[in-house]
Amino acid sequence: MSNENGLIYRISGPVVTAVGISPRMYEVVRVGDEGLMGEVIELHGDQSVIQVYEETSGISPGEPVIRTGQTLSVQLGPGLLTQIYDGIQRPLPKLEETMGVFITRGVDADGLDLEREWEFNATVKKGDEVSSGHVIGTVQETETIEHRVMVPPNVSGKVKSVKSGTFNIKETVCVLEDGSEIAMMQEWPVRHPRPFVQKYAPDVPLITGQRILDFLFPLAKGGTAGIPGPFGSGKTVTQQQLAKWSDAQIVVYIGCGERGNEMTEVLDEFPHLIDPNTNKPLMNRTVMIANTSNMPVAAREASVYTGITIAEYFRDMGYNVALMADSTSRWAEAMREISSRLEEMPGEEGYPAYLSSRLAEFYERAGRVQTLAGSDGSVSVIGAVSPPGGDISEPVSQGTLRIVKVFWGLDAGLARQRHFPAINWLNSYSLYPQALDQWYRENIAPDFPEVRTEISTLLQIESELQEIVQLVGSDALPIDQQLTLEVARMIREFFLQQNAFHDVDTFSDLDLQYHMAKAILTFQEEAKKAIAGGGQLEDVVNVPARTDLMRGRFEKGYAERISDLVSEMSKQIDASMEAN
Amino acid sequence: MSGKEYRTITDVKGPLVFLNKTEPVSYGEIVQLMLSNGSIKNGQVLDTSDDQVIVQVFEGTASVDRQTGVKFLGDVFKLPVSKGLIGRILDGAGRPRDGGPDIVADDMADIIGAAINPYSRQSPESFIQTGISAIDACTSLVRGQKLPIFSASGLPHNDIALQIARQAKLVGSDDDFVVVFCAMGITAEEYNFFVHDLERTGALENSALFVNLADDPAVERLITPRLALTAAEYLAFEHDYHVLVIYTDMTNYCESLRQIGAAREEVPGRRGYPGYMYTDLAMLYERAGLVKGKKGSITQFPILTMPGDDITHPIPDLSGYITEGQIVISRELHQKGIYPPINVLPSLSRLMNAGIGDGKTREDHKSVSDQLYAAYAQGKELRGLVAIVGEDALNERDLQLLKFADIFEHQFLRQGRDEDRSISEGTLDLAWDLLSNIDTKYLVRLDQKWIDKYHPNEKSGKEEE
Repeated sequence: MSNENGLIYRISGPVVTAVGISPRMYEVVRVGDEGLMGEVIELHGDQSVIQVYEETSGISPGEPVIRTGQTLSVQLGPGLLTQIYDGIQRPLPKLEETMGVFITRGVDADGLDLEREWEFNATVKKGDEVSSGHVIGTVQETETIEHRVMVPPNVSGKVKSVKSGTFNIKETVCVLEDGSEIAMMQEWPVRHPRPFVQKYAPDVPLITGQRILDFLFPLAKGGTAGIPGPFGSGKTVTQQQLAKWSDAQIVVYIGCGERGNEMTEVLDEFPHLIDPNTNKPLMNRTVMIANTSNMPVAAREASVYTGITIAEYFRDMGYNVALMADSTSRWAEAMREISSRLEEMPGEEGYPAYLSSRLAEFYERAGRVQTLAGSDGSVSVIGAVSPPGGDISEPVSQGTLRIVKVFWGLDAGLARQRHFPAINWLNSYSLYPQALDQWYRENIAPDFPEVRTEISTLLQIESELQEIVQLVGSDALPIDQQLTLEVARMIREFFLQQNAFHDVDTFSDLDLQYHMAKAILTFQEEAKKAIAGGGQLEDVVNVPARTDLMRGRFEKGYAERISDLVSEMSKQIDASMEAN
Repeated sequence: MSGKEYRTITDVKGPLVFLNKTEPVSYGEIVQLMLSNGSIKNGQVLDTSDDQVIVQVFEGTASVDRQTGVKFLGDVFKLPVSKGLIGRILDGAGRPRDGGPDIVADDMADIIGAAINPYSRQSPESFIQTGISAIDACTSLVRGQKLPIFSASGLPHNDIALQIARQAKLVGSDDDFVVVFCAMGITAEEYNFFVHDLERTGALENSALFVNLADDPAVERLITPRLALTAAEYLAFEHDYHVLVIYTDMTNYCESLRQIGAAREEVPGRRGYPGYMYTDLAMLYERAGLVKGKKGSITQFPILTMPGDDITHPIPDLSGYITEGQIVISRELHQKGIYPPINVLPSLSRLMNAGIGDGKTREDHKSVSDQLYAAYAQGKELRGLVAIVGEDALNERDLQLLKFADIFEHQFLRQGRDEDRSISEGTLDLAWDLLSNIDTKYLVRLDQKWIDKYHPNEKSGKEEE
């Protein structure tokens, strides 16, 4: 490596220009006397432009800049799960240990604990032919997750020796004939997607337990979704609900440029939450990345790449991974900030012209794939977007919508009415139902897609009727349309609204969702019959059993009771007709 | 740095001074400018390279010429901190303004402030009773929160901020708040109003004031809040105080930020504000909170006036994305003569759920709050409908909700400037009283068990049985 040391020429916020070195693009360098971490983002004649991941006050021109020869990489291996990192994979608990509650600078920390020993069980034997991505052994990383140790990229050959036992992650556990030594830890540059054999079309839903999402606008495993919404509309709560309840095996949660107290809430809450699928703490399957809004902006830019690389690594083991990024707008703003310091020619609203291609590259790292080892794994990406003023015509929202297949549009008006999740059912969409319908028919109910269509049609009709009601009042409508309005109200208040803070209501499995939707349709059918038979709409709507059915969803054991509640409601509606 | 003086200014542009120099100067370093008339101005390095330095001058560049001497002080901006800050009034650059002596420093604190490690934060969960029903019931404040007041010109946001400062307390605790007040570009009249009120209630002795008025240098506004927050951090995390930081007006702060950006010919973001405004605001707002192992806390009440009452303007918009909710002041309510004119519908407290409920406020708080919102929101919506079709077209339920919206505004929101309502008897019981104007069957947000226990009619009904 030539010219390993150079000098600082200029400093402007997080952007530092160095002279006297000729590094490669995206190489990591050490800046200044304190050795702050930075990444080369532009080469310009003799000058190298560096984005620095730490605060630059007090640094002067003339201080040294040292090449490392490495690109920005993450350490991958046992010890990732349950960890919480900053944007460049420094463990936050470790930082607290070394520098107290405030994040000062110039402190380096390994992403993984290099000393800790793990119980490694070899799954290959001497003489086996292995290549990159092949699993050579396993480690029980947490109670619920088995870590599969893989052959690192660009390594292959015949196993010469392999040993089970207790090792730290840097010790060699396997040697190949050609002399390559394999340890449990490997490194990967974050800006490069990890390799796989091929991408499959997604055909299994990612079940989130959130009724409006699963039922009306489902996301497939390996799919992409965007959640744009103005502030206060519940983006973060929705993201956290997904992190808690989605049936992925691994969850990577990126808090990108968001609030410190919100991250703390997640950190306090997750260890106490129980995964409904395994009955073990959710934390066991979670990796968190927290780069709050006041932490260095360059590290924020890197945080989404750190996150998705970790997600891909678990995908390569054959797991279904869900990645939440909250919020991609803050990531885009970090790009804008750095771009403006570089005095680049701006695109729309000051964002760099490469904004949409960066967004596309990021979302494209999602997918359900055949891994190098031949198994099935997926990364689903759910990105929150925070459009200024809630106006989604801005560049980040538009760049996102062009790529993602699911759009969960949060609505300030609904949030104001305390209708949560405040997802607008009229403008949200999912392009996955067709691919998933077969799965629903086989696993939930043969008529699942039809029930969904009926529910969304009712909501559509309601919105049209509402326009008339706005003009003439609901009493002026014919009775069958008044009933439709009642049914739609029931869909909204009983089915679409879901209380994230309520022990029971916070999660509904697909079976229950189906039965609740059916219950609404049953009500509609019975009510129609009753009205045709001379019943009064008022009486039908106010049968006590319907209130019981609706309030019952807050009580434990609702799934077992719902069919009884529905038959009781039908009975009472019948009776109300006879009373007339 | 030896304190060498340069006389190499090449350009002066707005608040910025460009000069050539020979020795290395640090980014963020503090600078003194010696004018030919003998006066001294202060500044800070914004950009530094081998041959040129850009300095932002806090007091403005009036009278600066090419002969002005420039001295680099070899250090970043620091504030002398001590407990002696309490009871003092300082100017926007941290110098005494009350005629008192200089602050005797126990320590010199870097005003930029390091980010709190998210892992080291403690979740805010202690309810602060403000005695204002609209806030306590619907947008509850908790200790360690940052909750801005979104207001607009001509509205009584200052009265509300002062009432909160006066009345804020933890239920069942004697801990008082220390108020750190930070004025950025407000008028002398507003400033006098604040000081007078703090004096009247004796709160001044428990406050530290940092004041940059409308006729003080605009660029100085960029450091004033940092000084205030540095003082707040020192008091909270070194001396275990619970600090309430009120700053007004954030809009002036952002204007100054835009001014600097324009002078540097930076690529502007929305409406000319710099692209890094989000990060810059976050570096102020995020200095609220509680940290593990420390007793003190910082709660922030930034006040900002929305230009043109527009909540989507970049200043309220970016603030709303960082702060933990907002209290929105409504011109409509103000014109109806309702004080405090808090519009609870767009107002929000994100940390509310952590701070309310059994053992903190009252078990029914969440349900009551949801029901108030829902009923008021629907009632307000019906007003629009009634304007078109008249009340005759409404059914029984809608009529009740319509009436409730008026009752809510006039009896729940409205209260005196010195009226301090307790959360349980003052606010929640009042809410139940008012909700009893609506038929129980329409109160779908209320759990039956709370209706049985707290509803005035149900309670009396039971007694009759």
